[in-house]
This record gives sequence, C-alpha cells and structure tokens, in this order.
Amino acid sequence: MLEGVNDPVDNPGSGLVRSRTSRTRRNLGLAALVLTPLLLSSCTVPGFGAASGVTDASHKTYKLWQGFMITGLIVGGLTLFLIVYAALRYRRKSDAIPRQTQYVTWIEILYTVIPTIIVGVLFYVTIVVENPEVARVAHPPAKINVVAFQWGWRFSYPGYPNISTVGQTTQNPVMVMPVGETDAVTLTSLDVIHGFYVKEFNYSEYAQPGVTNRFDLHVDKVGSYQSQCTQLCGLYHSLMYFKVVAIPAADYHACLTSASDGATFVACAEKALATAGSQMTATVRPTQGALSHHG
Amino acid sequence: MKTEARLLLGLGVFVLVMGIVYGIWSKELSGTVMLIGTGILGIFPGLYYRYWSKRMAERPEDTDATVVAGAGLIGSFPGSSIWPFVLGMGCWLMVLALVFGSWLAVVAIPTITFALAGATAEGRRGGAASH
Amino acid sequence: MVDVLEPQTHAHDDHGHDEHHGPSGIMNWLTSTDHKVIGLNYTVTSIIMLVIGGAFAMIIRAQLTTPNGSVVTLAQYNELFTMHGSVMIYLFAGPFAFGGLANYMVPIQIGAPDMAFPRLNALSYWLYLTGSITMLLGFTVAGGAANFGWVGYAPLSDALNAPGAGADLWIGALLLTGFSAIFTGVNLVATIFYLRAPGMTMFRMPIFTWNMLVTGILILLAFPVLTAGLVMLYADRHFGTHIYDAHHGGVPILWQNIFWFWGHPEVYILALPFFGMVTEIIPVFSRKPLFGYKGMVFATITIAALSTGVWAHHMFTTGTVLLPFFSFMTYLISIPTGIKFFNWIGSMWGGQINFTAAMLFALGFLITFLIGGITGIILASPPLDFFTHDTYFVVAHFHSVVMALVIGGMAGIYYWFPKITGRFLNERIGKTQFWFLFLGSTLFVMPGYLLGLKGMPRRMAVYTLHPEWQHLNTLSSIGAWMIGFSTILFVINFLKTMRSPKTAGPNPWDAHTLEWFTTSPPPHHNFYALPNIRSERPTWDYYHPDAPALTHDDHDPSHMPGAAQGATK
Repeated sequence: MLEGVNDPVDNPGSGLVRSRTSRTRRNLGLAALVLTPLLLSSCTVPGFGAASGVTDASHKTYKLWQGFMITGLIVGGLTLFLIVYAALRYRRKSDAIPRQTQYVTWIEILYTVIPTIIVGVLFYVTIVVENPEVARVAHPPAKINVVAFQWGWRFSYPGYPNISTVGQTTQNPVMVMPVGETDAVTLTSLDVIHGFYVKEFNYSEYAQPGVTNRFDLHVDKVGSYQSQCTQLCGLYHSLMYFKVVAIPAADYHACLTSASDGATFVACAEKALATAGSQMTATVRPTQGALSHHG
Repeated sequence: MKTEARLLLGLGVFVLVMGIVYGIWSKELSGTVMLIGTGILGIFPGLYYRYWSKRMAERPEDTDATVVAGAGLIGSFPGSSIWPFVLGMGCWLMVLALVFGSWLAVVAIPTITFALAGATAEGRRGGAASH
Repeated sequence: MVDVLEPQTHAHDDHGHDEHHGPSGIMNWLTSTDHKVIGLNYTVTSIIMLVIGGAFAMIIRAQLTTPNGSVVTLAQYNELFTMHGSVMIYLFAGPFAFGGLANYMVPIQIGAPDMAFPRLNALSYWLYLTGSITMLLGFTVAGGAANFGWVGYAPLSDALNAPGAGADLWIGALLLTGFSAIFTGVNLVATIFYLRAPGMTMFRMPIFTWNMLVTGILILLAFPVLTAGLVMLYADRHFGTHIYDAHHGGVPILWQNIFWFWGHPEVYILALPFFGMVTEIIPVFSRKPLFGYKGMVFATITIAALSTGVWAHHMFTTGTVLLPFFSFMTYLISIPTGIKFFNWIGSMWGGQINFTAAMLFALGFLITFLIGGITGIILASPPLDFFTHDTYFVVAHFHSVVMALVIGGMAGIYYWFPKITGRFLNERIGKTQFWFLFLGSTLFVMPGYLLGLKGMPRRMAVYTLHPEWQHLNTLSSIGAWMIGFSTILFVINFLKTMRSPKTAGPNPWDAHTLEWFTTSPPPHHNFYALPNIRSERPTWDYYHPDAPALTHDDHDPSHMPGAAQGATK
C-alpha cells in the first residue's frame, strides 16, 4: 500500500522499494493463510447458514451462495484486516506530523480494477445460475395454479377441474407436487401482493393482482415443506401458512386421476408421502397446539 | 462555473444513456420514462450553466483569488422573518385538509396566500435587519 | 436593510456582530432564518424522532423475543413496524443528514455567511416539523397509524385495505417532508454553487460539502418522483381514480416502480452525508490529508449516477423486471463504494491516529458498513435474492447499513460538538456509548442474517411454527436493547455537557477545513476573517504551512513536515 515508514528522510527512494517488496510478501502470506484452510477443507465447504434445498435450481443457488460467501469473506476479511491493522499500527506515538501523502495513483488504479474484475465474475456466475432458474419448459408434465388471497391459498390443477384445495391461515392448505418432474407454477393474487416462498426451494416470488407469474420448479426430494406468505398483506400476514407435499411422480399422477375432489387428492398424497419409506426426509413442523389463532 | 456545468451535464447524460439502454433492452415503460426524465432534469441546468460559464468572467471562487477579491456585497440574507413559519402552518393546514376535510382548506388557503404576499413584500422591502 | 458581509483579511476587533438585536425568546425561534439555528432545530427534532422510532423498535423486539408474543396485537404490530421504519427513514435519517449537520456546516465549510435562501431554509424546517407531527398523529385517529410497511405498497395502501385516516396522515406527512427535502436540496445546490469563498474552487471544497452537493442534486432528482407517486395514491384513495387498482385496469406494480425509483436514491441521500462526515473525521484524527481526494469525489458522483438506475433490485421477486440489467448496475455501485473504503484506509495509513470518541465512531462506521455492503452484493444476485428477499436476511442487511449511518452520525456529533457549542462532549461516556452502540448493532444484525437464511420472514408478529428461532431472536433483542441503552448514554452525555463550561477554542482537533478557522461557536454570519484558500485544507495550511499535502512521487525531504524551520502550531 503506502509507504508506511516513519523516517523517509534517511532513505526516501529505497524506502519505497523496500516496503513494496515486503508488502507483496505480506499480501501473499495473507492470501495463503486464508486460502489454505479453505482448500484443505474443500471437501466440505460450509453452508454459511443456507441449505442445498430440494430442487434442481436450489442446489445451484446454494453453490452460488457458497461462492459469494467465500468471496465476501475474503474481500471483507481483507478489508477488515486492513482497517484494524491500520488503526492499531498507526496509532499515535508522538506529536510529529506524519508524511502528508495524498495520492498513490497506481494503488488507486489497482483497487478500482480488481473489484471491477471480481464484480464481473460475480455477475457472470449469477447469470449462469439465473438463466436456467427463470427458464420455462414448453411442455411441462405437471402444472399447478396458485392463487393467494387475504389470508390463504388456493391450489388447483389444470386439467382436473374438480380438484382444488383452499385454506386460510392456520388451516394450512396443502400444495401437492411431483418429485422428479418439472412442475409449471402459475401464480397470482386476488387482492393485495403476497409472497410465495418455500425455504427448501431457495425460491420466492410475488403473487400480484392483475399479474400472472409463471415459473418452473423441479423438486427432487420427497417430503413435506412447511411454508408461509412473506410479503406483508394485512392483518393475518403472520399466519398465512401453506404446506408443500412432494411425492413421487407416479403417485402424483395416480392420485390426480383417482381423486374426486381436493380433499381426497390431498389425503391420497399424504398417504403416498407416508409410504414413501426410508427415502422420505420429513421437514414436517410440529403442528399440535402450535397452529392457533392469535390476536 | 465550468465544473458545476460538467457535473450536472455529466450526471444528466449518464442517466439519459442508461435510460435509453434500459428502454431498448427492457421495453418497460415506467422505468424508461423516469430515467429519461431524470436525464433531462440534469441536462437542462447543465446546458444552462455550460452556456453561461463560457460567457461570464471568472468568479473569485473559481480562481486563486484572495479574500479581498471577494469583498463587498455578497447577497441579501433576510434575517428573522415570520413568513416561513406562517407559510409552513398554511401548508400544514392544507395537508390536514386533505386528511380531515376540505373545510380546513378554508383556513389554509388564505394563510398560504397571506404568507406568500407577506414574504414577497418583505423581500421587496429588504427584510428585517439580522442584527 | 440588506445585510452585507465584508470579508476581512485581518482580525476584526469590533465584536458588535455578536449582539442580536432581533426578537428574543420564542419569537426568535419562530422567525430565525439563521442556518445555524435551523440546523440545530433539525438536529434536535431528528434525534427526538430517533428516540421515538427507537422506542417502537424496543417494543418490536420485546414482541419477538418469544415465538408467540403477546406484547402487542397483530394489528398493533403492523402499525409498529410501519411507523418504526417510517419515522426512522423519513423523520430521522434524512432530516438529520441533510437538514441538521449539513445545514449548520456547509455554509461555514465554504466560507459563506448563510445558506443561499434563508427563508426557504426556515420553511423547510417548519414543513419537516409539521410533517413529523402529522405522521405521528396517526396513532390518535380511529383505525390507528399507517400499517402497510414504510414502503406503502399498493394495493395494501389503497382505500379498501387501509381505510383509516392514519394512512392519509402518512401520505400527507410524506408530502410535507418531501417538499421540505426538495427545498433543502435547492438551498444546498445553490449555496454550494454560488456562495463559496474566494479561492475555494470546486476541487478545494471539503469532502463533506461535496457529498452534500451530490446529495442535494439527488434530492432534486428523486423526491419529486415520490411526491408524484403519493399524489396518485391519494387520488386512488379519494378521487376515484384507479391508477394502482388492478381490478379496474390499473397497475399495482407502478407504485413499486415509482416508489423505488425514489427509494434507492433515497438510501444514498441518507448515506452520502454520513460518508462525508466520516471522510472529514478520519484524516483529521490521522493527521494526514484525505487519501485520494479526487477519487473520492468521482466515486461519490458515480454512486449518485448509478443509484438512479438500480431501483428494481428491490423488485427482483415481482417476476416483472429485467433482472440482468438491475443486477449488473447494482454490482457496479460496489466499485466506487470499495474505492471509498480503500481511500479511508489510505487516509489512516502512515498516520498518527488519535482515538477520540469521534474517531472510534468513525471506525465503527467503517466496520459496520462493510458488513452491510458485502451482504448487499449478495442481494444483488437475483438467485440469491429470491430466497433472502422478505426474510430477516434483508432486515439484517439494511440494519447493518443504517446502524453504520447512526454510528457515523454520532461521529459527526462528537466531532462538531465543540464547534457548535464551544464544549466538548465527555470522552469517557462517549467511548462507552460507542462500545454499546457498535457491539449492540453487531449483536442485533448477526442473528438476523442467520434467521433469514433459516426462513424467518420479515414483518412477522409471531413465529409460532418455529419456536427454535427463539434463541437467535433473543440475542437480536439483546443487541437492540444495547443500542437503546447507548442512546440513553448519549442523552446523559449531552445534558451533562451542556452544563459544563465552554472550553473549546476555534480548532481543538487541529483540523483541516474552514469551519475550524472561526470561533466556537461561530459568530453571526460565521466569520470575522477568512484565510487565503489554496487547497482543500485551508485551516491546516494556515497553521501548518510547512506540511502541505504531497503527491506520491514527491520524495523531496524538505517537503517532510517539520523539515522547514520552526513549524508553527
């Protein structure tokens, strides 16, 4: 960085050269210190609080998250180190006025160019993950219509007009999805803006009046995923629950064709979920006594 | 005045170009309109300053002037004045009229008019001595 | 009688200017157009708003300390977080930043006797004060205060979903404070363009003034957009229009586009003044010039320009915005922000750092804003935003950033307090306040990031289904209460200090910029005398003519500070 020497009067020229070399060595050592444990433990990169989730896109998003977190920790850690180091190393030792350096042009260029490159890479990997995530297949094997309203959800299945599930707040309506197939979701709202969010999908999107959003989800794990609305929608926003039940695709289609209405469909799906055996990872939340109207 | 002109013009042109790129790429109307409007909002005064900066003498604050060069009347700085307070109260009443009923506007509009008249007259008169 | 200020080149013996023959007492307060009085009005009022908004936060955190809290009802909770956000952003952060310290300091920093339009300045304050009262009046009307979030999304804010007067009071308050801000923007730009002292070219202005200039321009570009959007919302509510009403051909998303077109420049309008304060403080207490002055100026301008083009990164999950454009533009903003960070570090590097309370707060700002900035980069990536949007991850991100601003604001207060009042705030209490504020902020936000990743949505009154979130929420609440305690310490410090004698001279910190050349507090119309201005550090040059700023390739030993004979004080 800058000439940190306090008495360049003795040897101004070589002072610059000397500290630049030691600075480079220090930076390399720093990089090694940070990267080595990361590389050594690259078998298990930490999740930093997020999870890989249960859809195709969620896995890629998770990896993107890990990459961003590592980059952020390195850049942030380096900057934090520099702040704390400068604060401690250059704390006042005398009343002497230090060297009044104001510009070191090559350093300023360096810390303009390097962040630009980093940011360019981050943007590129973002696009790599984002484009498949927002893409929609032409002929989805499964379709579902999601309608949000104050304060509940309605799920209906195009092609099966008898089958629709409606529920408000703690009734916790169930959204059934196939595992291993792309499910084309259509999302809208009857009144205000609501947020369709499933943590295990690493995904959310707004349900808006007058707008029909379309996105694809490809779930790859059987299970039950408790969710709720995430966009402020009025008085019972905190209680606008819904649950996703993901069952093997064959069971999904079987239930769809055999069910007579929404209730039987959901019952069939729950049964398929229960019998999905050791592959099932339940993320079922304890519901006894917890789902009660409040306020 | 050149730096001031470049600042506004630079901002305005940057935003305008950004708006054109956005408009072509997104074909989304509201953002395009807002960006282009913002660009124009920077370009108008920027062009004005650029025009005049080429035609005016350099001011003391644009050169290595000494303090003496800037001596003399700087401007009119009206000292204490009741009119900002009265005008503020009138505006407040107007807003409350929007909330509680137009009858409040009956009080608000004369207050605002009175304050504007008073402030204008005060400006003509030269304003209260500030000390 | 018009007022004349004659710049002097020698000390002025006649101190008759000190005697104010105008009105006294309450009439003085009601009629003053002096930017120093107005600036103090703004500062005191905005800090009262900080305390009110903070009180709301304390209640919110009490409610969230248990999964099924019953401190408030669901309806009250919606009002609480709406008013917490609204008070903090519209009534504290903005006015403190551009109406408070800026109003006071900018004219003095450029050697001007007052703002360009003193009566307009006073009007700005009255509009702000009445706007604040109007918003808080919401709590007294039937239906309660506004309850649709500080962002007021349509259709939740329309006549059907928010029928009470509280919502109209919120809209009205924003109209008043919006015009207040616009008039302040006019004053800032006009003052800085036209009232600089002789010799103070644009590139010799203090960085705080540069930041306030850019803030003023941003205010003028952004606020009218919000005002227009609010007028349309009011029209939808009361004049039978259907601008945002999807059921009659309107477009609810238009509100979001308009709001955030204002909203993103707004967060930079909030941030730039505090950046400016910290940028003044770090070089002073490192006894060095600001590193990379020109780079800082260009970074500030770039941030402002880009900030007008990133608004829809708040709308990634609407499914209707051009994701790559806004993602790319948002990434770009991180580059000038990074430049600022390295310039701050460069200003400290090789210095003789004096850890006063002001400097501690400035360092706390750096670290807290760093965290907020990095998480902002994460949010700029749409796939990553998809699962963090509307969760506590976002709440933690913006609280990292705004707590950094509060910490920076405290730095500004501790730094300029002796100039404004002639007294020093107590350093020991200040440093204690710093540790509670800084550690409390960190303890508040860190669990928030984790909670968001675990799936806790924002604006939730209860999290009954997830009792396992309680521990993190409790930690967060403890952090919030530490922040509250630090505010109490500040009030104590303030009250104690105002009773102590005036011991501050004109330049107690051996600082750089023009305000430190005049007396503490400054006289009426600010200056008895002005020095010659040949750099961005006129006061430093006056006291240390042997220690000018150097370019990096200047190795002339005789340019070392102290090398010349007899360096003056």
